[in-house]
Amino acid sequence: MEIELVEIKNHLKRFSPFKALPETVLNDLVSHIEVSYYQNGTKILGHRQENHYLYYIRSGAVEIKRSNGQLYSRCGEGETFGQFSLLRGYKVRYPAWAIEDALIYLIPDEQFQHLCDTFDDFADFMEEDHGSRLLSATTKNRHSSASPLLMTPVRKLIRREVVTASESVSIKEAAKIMSNARVSSLVLLNNDHAKSAADLEVKGLITDRDFRERAIIPGLSFSSPVKTIMSTNVITCQAEDHAFEAMLTMMRHDLHHLPVLSHKQVVGVINIGDIVQFESHGTVFLAREIFKQPDVTGLKRIAREMRLSFVQLVNEGANSHMIGSAMSGLGRNICQRLLQLGESEFGPPPVPYCFLVFGSMAREEQLIVADQDHAFVLHDDFIEAEHDAYFKSLAQFVSDGLSTCGYPYCSGDIMATNPRWRQPLSVWQTYFENWIERPNPEALLHCSIFFDLAGIHGEGAYADQLTSLIREKVKSSQRFLNCLAHNALLRTPPLGFFKTFVLEPDGEHKHTFNLKRRGTAPISDLVRVHALACGSDALNTLERIDDIHAADLLPEGTSDDLKEAMEFISMVRIRHQALQLEKELSPDNNIEPESLSRFERRHLKDAFQVLRNQQSFLRYLTKGSGWRID
Amino acid sequence: MESDISFDWQAHFESLSEKAVHPGLISYLDEPPVPGSTPIGQVRMLALDFETTGLDAKRDAIISIGFIPFTHDRIYCQGARHLLVTPDFPLSEESVAFHGITHTELEGAASFARALDVLLPAMKGHVVVVHYHAIERQFLYHTTLRRMGEVLEFPMIDTMAVEARQIKGRTRLGRMRNRLKGWIRPEPAPSLRLADTRQRYGLPCYQAHHALTDALATAELLQAQLRKGYSPDTPVSSLWM
Repeated sequence: MEIELVEIKNHLKRFSPFKALPETVLNDLVSHIEVSYYQNGTKILGHRQENHYLYYIRSGAVEIKRSNGQLYSRCGEGETFGQFSLLRGYKVRYPAWAIEDALIYLIPDEQFQHLCDTFDDFADFMEEDHGSRLLSATTKNRHSSASPLLMTPVRKLIRREVVTASESVSIKEAAKIMSNARVSSLVLLNNDHAKSAADLEVKGLITDRDFRERAIIPGLSFSSPVKTIMSTNVITCQAEDHAFEAMLTMMRHDLHHLPVLSHKQVVGVINIGDIVQFESHGTVFLAREIFKQPDVTGLKRIAREMRLSFVQLVNEGANSHMIGSAMSGLGRNICQRLLQLGESEFGPPPVPYCFLVFGSMAREEQLIVADQDHAFVLHDDFIEAEHDAYFKSLAQFVSDGLSTCGYPYCSGDIMATNPRWRQPLSVWQTYFENWIERPNPEALLHCSIFFDLAGIHGEGAYADQLTSLIREKVKSSQRFLNCLAHNALLRTPPLGFFKTFVLEPDGEHKHTFNLKRRGTAPISDLVRVHALACGSDALNTLERIDDIHAADLLPEGTSDDLKEAMEFISMVRIRHQALQLEKELSPDNNIEPESLSRFERRHLKDAFQVLRNQQSFLRYLTKGSGWRID
Repeated sequence: MESDISFDWQAHFESLSEKAVHPGLISYLDEPPVPGSTPIGQVRMLALDFETTGLDAKRDAIISIGFIPFTHDRIYCQGARHLLVTPDFPLSEESVAFHGITHTELEGAASFARALDVLLPAMKGHVVVVHYHAIERQFLYHTTLRRMGEVLEFPMIDTMAVEARQIKGRTRLGRMRNRLKGWIRPEPAPSLRLADTRQRYGLPCYQAHHALTDALATAELLQAQLRKGYSPDTPVSSLWM
């Protein structure tokens, strides 16, 4: 007899992983379900209690706590809990409480185990923890949109025949081969040991940079074998992989070059530029156009087109790193063009200078809505009375121009128009020394942004000098790191977020939360602390995480979680802005929880959980002063 | 007999049993309901709902029956059934529109006697729970009388009555307080309809007029009502009628 508990079945059908189950399986499952009502405030599962059910929330909300009473997670409609005890010896590790009146469907262990045995996706879903669930979410999400970037095989990106050499050639020979072939990378093979072409294996890879850093600077003899300076354990991709997989591989391992294999033979090398250019001619084209504009009005038009380019990148399935670099790159180009235009209006600068940008533009994480944050570092010959009028005018010109192009003035007045941020290099060095050597949290709150700096015009050496000063000083200043960490912990993720979302308390956005302020910014803040602690010179948050990972500063496995969390929150933010642009609304970072899909909610929550765990870890480090600093 | 707490159902079952002829009825009456003093936390219950062609038990017919067994803590989908019943009066156009059950669908339906063969064993040893007991009680009484010449009577817990009592105040003091409140600031009486009552307990909104869905909805509602207002030790006699 068919049992028509349609309300139960239809509800299960709306939520993963149940919605993927066949109808007959679902019918059978429903006939075994038990239902129970839990009043707000009552315990559903006790610590160490024996449990034989999977709990599915039909309505209401449930809080999962750690044994010390700390909140572990909050679950709402369509979410499950209790699976971990079913998978691990039937003992409840985290107690569960109803925090709203809750109607729960209980799925008996027998049915649960049967589903896990029969359906791999079901088992995977139940086995996943926050970090790995996030990983599959970010990849699955990209798979789902059928953009060319995702569907194009890597082999189509190969633009020239691969250049190879034997790993036994000398450094000088390798350089000569590369020079003659005009390539920036060389694949090295085991020619000497291979009996036939089929035995050829990729043994190493060498790039222009390796010559500089591994041969010239250490003063190696150019006749030594190239294998002494090549990168070994080369990461490769397959010719039939999708472009985006290659892109992910490169991002994940911070690679600029990726050899492509077909049937174990190397058939080409692609670089990150090949991938970006393949799909975003729009952006590359705009970059060139910017430098052709004769005035601010022209730049304003380009800046508007950037928005279309942004939406296009999102629709093509680009990830946050690509979009962030594209938008930051174009933003930098606009700054550079404004400076050129200013210099032609006010004449050449009286003393050399460097134009610095800070924050997201420096980190290459800029999106569509971004304040301008910039400064002038001037040559030490700068004499205020004589020279400042020029730089004041130039600063005003650039700042007004940026505002015209849609980059609002910085509310904290971190702009070259502020005389404090229009100073000679020696003054800037004193600024940084003071911040680092005599830190106090309040003062640092407003200047942590200065620690993400990039010189984009003029004397790049000034920026480099400031960067190396920071790197050297910070490593020996425990107090500075503690202050920075203190500030990095001020902004917490909006956890427990579906119904009990911590919303922004004031202003017109009462029912929203700010995904930048509560999501990406706290991750950047946190990562900056670790990056400065390990002396990383990277600016981009994802690249910094790699450096932190390499320096072994984070618990095993957590750096990937952190990257995935950053990626997921960024992508929700990016998609939100793209949607607003498509609806011709002005883009912002304010998300209404109701507007998120189930998918986004679930994974956003996981991402926030990762951030929260990382914040706890940072707090633990500062309390125990557990920094590992050489 | 309606809301007399002291009514002796055990004795009533025994007297009914002596007169019963229908074998299913005899078997059902064989196991009288639990004594009235039994704590509600230990009572096996059966949520029951009928869809009918109208509201007059003497002139309208049962067209579907839904039931689901449950206890204070659990509702068991495994025991749930939904039965379509051939009406012994023709289907009116209004009732088709109301329930969405058409003549064609009813072609495969069982006769009332066959439905009773399924319902009675499920009811055996269980206290029946309904929302608005008048419908189920009267339709069962009159339909069995009409079809078999026998009557079916048993104690019922009515979630609507439980709710009405909850609103009025269960103690004399509570009732006084509520009257006083109503005098100071009169409020419209809250709706006692199943969906509205469920909403007050934070229970989800269900598609109405499906006998099994309504039975499930009723079971969930009683669980919620018991959690909010009654200890599991409450004697069942203070709830049934």
